[in-house]
This record gives sequence, C-alpha cells and structure tokens, in this order.
Amino acid sequence: MATTSTPALEIRHLTKRFGTNAAVDDLDLVVPSGSFFGLVGPNGAGKTTTLSMATGLLRPDAGTVSIHGVDVWTNLVKAKSLVGNLSDGVRLFDRLTGTQLVTYAGLLYGMDRDVVTARAADLLTMLDLEGAGSTLVVDYSAGMTKKIALACALVHAPQLLVLDEPFESVDPVSAANIRDILEGFVKSGGTVIVSSHVMDLVQRMCDHVAVIDKGRVIAAGTTDEVRAGSTLEDRFVELVGGRNKGEGPEWLRLS
Amino acid sequence: MVATLVRLRFLLLANGLRKSPWQIVAVILGGLYGLFLLGIVIVGLIALRAAPIDFARTLVVLAGAATILGWTFLPVLTSGIDQTVDTARLAPFPVPINTLVLALAVSGVLGVPGIVTSIAALGTVVTWSRDPLAAFAALVSAAIGVFTAVVGSRMLAALASRIGAGRRAREARTLIVFIPLLLLGPIIFLVSNLLREASDILPTIAQVVGWTPFGAVWAVPADVASGDFAKAGFELLIALATLVLFVALWRWGLGRALERPARAATAQVSKRGSGLFGIFPGTPTGAVAARALTYWVRDPRYAQSLITIPIVPALLFFWGGFGENLAILVWVGPVVAVLLAMSIYTDVSYDNTAFALHVQTGVSGIADRLGRVIALAVFAVPLSLALVVASVAVSNTWQLLPGLLGITIGILLSGFAVSSLISGRLTFPVPAPGESPFKARPGGGFSLMLTTFASWAVLGVLILPELVLALVGFATDNPLLGWLSIPVGLIVGTALLVLGVRLGGRILDRRAPELLAQLQKQK
Repeated sequence: MATTSTPALEIRHLTKRFGTNAAVDDLDLVVPSGSFFGLVGPNGAGKTTTLSMATGLLRPDAGTVSIHGVDVWTNLVKAKSLVGNLSDGVRLFDRLTGTQLVTYAGLLYGMDRDVVTARAADLLTMLDLEGAGSTLVVDYSAGMTKKIALACALVHAPQLLVLDEPFESVDPVSAANIRDILEGFVKSGGTVIVSSHVMDLVQRMCDHVAVIDKGRVIAAGTTDEVRAGSTLEDRFVELVGGRNKGEGPEWLRLS
Repeated sequence: MVATLVRLRFLLLANGLRKSPWQIVAVILGGLYGLFLLGIVIVGLIALRAAPIDFARTLVVLAGAATILGWTFLPVLTSGIDQTVDTARLAPFPVPINTLVLALAVSGVLGVPGIVTSIAALGTVVTWSRDPLAAFAALVSAAIGVFTAVVGSRMLAALASRIGAGRRAREARTLIVFIPLLLLGPIIFLVSNLLREASDILPTIAQVVGWTPFGAVWAVPADVASGDFAKAGFELLIALATLVLFVALWRWGLGRALERPARAATAQVSKRGSGLFGIFPGTPTGAVAARALTYWVRDPRYAQSLITIPIVPALLFFWGGFGENLAILVWVGPVVAVLLAMSIYTDVSYDNTAFALHVQTGVSGIADRLGRVIALAVFAVPLSLALVVASVAVSNTWQLLPGLLGITIGILLSGFAVSSLISGRLTFPVPAPGESPFKARPGGGFSLMLTTFASWAVLGVLILPELVLALVGFATDNPLLGWLSIPVGLIVGTALLVLGVRLGGRILDRRAPELLAQLQKQK
C-alpha cells in the first residue's frame, strides 16, 4: 500500500500540442492517494490526451507526471506496473476470446500464468461476463467490450486505476457492479481516476473532482468544494459556459 | 424523390472523391480503361453488322449472358462494388418502397459500370440494324437487358445480405474471390485454349444459353432478324419474366432489409479455455507468440498471405509450361520462404491501436519482436523446408537439395530479422482489423509496394553469402558448396536475427508511444 503522503498522480506543467493547437496547455493536477477522482470536461477539452500522457501512452511535449512518486517518462516500466488503464477509443485484440484477452494482458505484465488464469476467471465473473469468456471479443456488444477492457486493466492488481469513460454504453446493472468494485478498490487503499460526461454519476461516486477545459484545469478539489452547494452539473455548465438559452426554434414547438 | 436519391448517389461519390485526390486519379484511370474496353466492344458490335446472323447471334448471346451473370454475381462475391447508396442508411426515412426500387435501379444504371453497359448494349442495335424490325427489337432488348443486369446485382446483394451478414460469411467471401484473382493469368490462358478448341460447338452453347434467363434477352433481336418470330416471342417472354422475377425478389429483400436492418450478426464461436496461451510458455514472449499465432488462424488479413502459398507452385507450374519444365518448381521453397518471412513487417500496423495494450503493459521490445517471430517460425520454417524437399522430389533434382536448403534457411532467418526491424519502426496504411483484406487505403498501395521492394532488396543482399555458395555449387555441379551453404545460412541468418530482434526491440522500447501515435493517426 502506498503511503498517503505522496499523491497517487501528480502532473506538473503538462503540455501537448497537435500542430498549432495546444490540446493540453500547462496543466497541473494532483490526485491524492486513496481518492475516487472524477475528471470532467466538455468534448475536446483534453481529458483523453491528459490521461494518455499520465499513463505512458503519449509522450508529452513538456511537463512531468509521477505516479506514487515514480516519474512516468523516465521510469516507464516501473510506472506502468503501478497503473491499470482503460483507454477510450483504442482497439482491443478482438480476435481473442474474452478469457484469452485478459490472460494476454496479464502475461504481458509479466505475471505468472496460474495466477493470471485464476484472476481472469474471477474478473469475468465479477463483470458479468462469465458466459462470454469463450466468445471472440469482436462479437461482443459495446458494453461488453468496455467491461473486458476494464478486466484487462484490473488483472495485475494496480495501485492506480485510470479509466477513460468506463461507463459508456454499459448497462445499469453492470455499471452498478463496476461501481461496487471500484468503491471496494478505493476502500482498500487504491486510487481511481474516471473521466465521464455523466455529472450525476461523478457527483455520487467521486470524492474529488477536477474540471478541465481547453487543456487546463479550471476547478479542482473535493466534490463538495467544486460544486459549491449547487449540483455538479449546474456548476460545470457555469464554469465551462456555452449553454444556449431558449426553447429551440419556433417550428419545433408543436402547440 | 427518385431524382433526390439519384442526386444523393452522385453527391456521395463526389464528396468521397474530394477527400482524396489519389482516388480521383484512380477513378480517371478506371474510366479510361472502361472507355478503352467499351471502344473495343463497340467496334466489334459494329463489325458484327456485316457478319452472318448465326455468328453474330452466338457472340452477342454469349457476351450478353456473361454480362448479366457478372453483374448479378460479382457484387455478392466482392461484398458489393457499389454501396454508394446503402439501403440500411435509408431505412429511417419514410420512402415508399416502390419509389426506392425505381430510384435505386436508375442510380444503378447511371453509375459508371451502368453507363458502360448501357452503351455496349445499345451497340447491339447497330449489329442488328440490318433490318429495321430487328433494330427495334434490339433497342427493346438492350433496355430490358441493362435493367435485368442492374436489378440482378441489387437483388442478389439484397438477398445475400440477409443470408451472409455474419462476420464469418463476409470474411470467407472476400478470401474466395482472391484465389481466382491470383490465378487470373493461368485461367485466361486455359479458357482461351479451351475456346479455341471448342469453337465448333459455341453456336450450340449459344442456342442453349439463349433459352436461359441470362441469355434470352439477347437472342430476341437475332431471331427477329432471321425471321423466327415465334422463337423471338418466347425468348422475349423469358426475358420479361426474368426481369419481373428479379424486381419482385429484390423488392421483397429490400422490404425486409428496411424492416429489419442488418446488424452485425453475432456468430457465437465458442473457443474453450485459453487456447494457444496454455501451450506457449507463460512469459511475455510466449504470450505475444500465442496471440500472434492465434491471429494467423483467425484474422483474414493474415489468411490472405497464407492463401498465396499454394498459389506459388501453381504459378511456377504454369510458367514452366504445364509440366514441361519441372526444374523451375524447385524455387517454390525459397519463394514461399521470402513471402512468409517478410509477411510480418506490417505486423504492428495490423495490430492497429490494439497495440496500445503492449505500450500500456510496458512489455519489453525484445519480447514483442521475438514473440511475433516465433509465431511465424512455428509454421513457416517446417512448411518452407518441406516444400523444398517436396519440390526436389517431384522434379527429381536431389543434387540441388543441400543448396536449396541453405538458401531457404538463410532467407527465413534473415527475413525475420528485416521484418522485426521494419515493423518496430514504421507503420503502413494496411486494412484495419475487420476490414476487407483487399481494401486499399488511399495512397497505401504505393508506399506499401515501395517498402516491399526495398525490403526484398535488402533481404537479397543479406542472404548473399549462402546464395552465392549454393548457386556456384549448382553451376559447377559441386555438392560440397551446397552442403556448405547450410551452415553458412544458419550462422549468418542467426546472427542477423539476433541483431534484428535486439535492434528492433530497442527501437520499440524507445519509441513505442510515437509508434502508437502514428497508428492512432491512421486509424
């Protein structure tokens, strides 16, 4: 278990440009160890780019990232063994069956085969996938694909879980089960970072939250601090702006 | 509404072209090629005007029947040549089905293949213009024939999309098409030979075909020209009945497609346990090998390179004059070795963004490289060596065996080395997972071809020691040199392989995030 003094994730002056457009612009973020951290922001705010850089998938132009005190970009292998990562928008090796995919991930982490086999079975049961373990992932529904990707992120028992849009197209029952798993994980001392567009979910689930817009953190702290007495959704809209007032065009009103 | 849908078809084509200038070039080249073929056909049809009726009838009926057959069956095999206006996407709009049938038929005729076919069909009017009544009959036949062809393609596609919508059926289909494509040269040769010999019975064949749904329509004007109106009338009935039947079937298939849009059918393929992961060692290298070998079996993009293997002996056999020169067969082993050893240089590109798993688990570059090589070597090495022995046995050239083994071993090991190095550094625009193995990315064909030739050239240089030894041995009939090429190939090849895997692994360790970013860009 990590000591509580060093943050689970510490990002300093992180910057990434694509062409002339700064996707992440001098971003600072500290995720305390043992927190359930929500990352919210409008489309194109730089959430996925930030998380990719934080987990060693995308090299930053500038800035540092450290996970439990381990500098990610100078000690990639050590840092990666501490993180479980669910990336949004990358493919899986989908010609493998569910069981094979989780086994593959575990073996790539350098785990022992017997341990991997046992954990893969546990994970599939936990995520309501036990019936689908012998089906090719390419034939999975969108929600099942999300869940098997989550299983791959959990298999090596990381200290920090970074989940990009984990609840997208997951059915409510499975989502509740996943939430239970994550809450249990946090209770036992792990740290979870989730990015999501569902404000209600983040407000209910997360104890900390950061709002990202245009590649910068515009608000961060405990969920109660950030929402400041209002709902997170209202506060988010207030911070980010861009709501259109009105009831839509005249012709769309039926009476 | 019909006009709107036809306009939509051209709008989609134009927008598609605007995205890629290279595609415009391809379309223009395709158009020129079509015009060239069309020119030949038109000239032929005009020339037929002076030919005896029976001769003209035979040619027009056979060619016409082949046209309708081709229109009907080709799109099904190639998963739809023209899906510009996809019925599944039209499903949400309230378009009456009869309007839709008409609009899709018209837009089918107005496509490039439709226009070419129409002009060629109108060419038959010239052929039969020896007699005004026959010319009129030809005009009617041409119209019926073209619509039958277009509706035929749509009909079978609509019906087949119901039957073969599953992933497996689709994948099997694309692979089946590939085999005749590769063997096109030999097939044309055989067919033309056959036709030359069988030219006496062609009129009889045409007579029979003239009574079938595909040929009847083209026989009508010929029989009008020869004054056999009763026969012409029957044939016209067959032709009309065919068109009506095609339309009815298509309308039915379309109606079902609109009510129940095809969704990716889930073929529940049960694979118990962990498969190859339980057989290979439980290490990162073993896992990569198990995964890669599983893909060789399950991913049609890999199957594509496997299909070429039986074709190599067939092509060499053909070049050797159908068994006249069996000695050429001994190159089967080395050629297959080149094809297989170089087949994994696009491996990471085939992974696409799934490669993120390798980056995120921090698996070492060497394990990644080595695993992929092992998966390939497991079948490539025994297969190539067996082919060498088999080809020597067939052509009874046992004195060549040691030299050929030396060359083949050298090619395999050095080829693995080159592939390991290239695929750790470069990504190529290959078809994405699940796409047709033959789908070319815009501009992809050219860069892929260039690197293929470049890497083959590099491979040629790397295997020089054993190659020269073996070739000199062949030329001087000195078996010792051949035997010598085996250890040379083994030692040089192994050294190169160690170097290639090490270097490729180091590059991967350093540049994996950049490689992933590259893959993501071309996703």
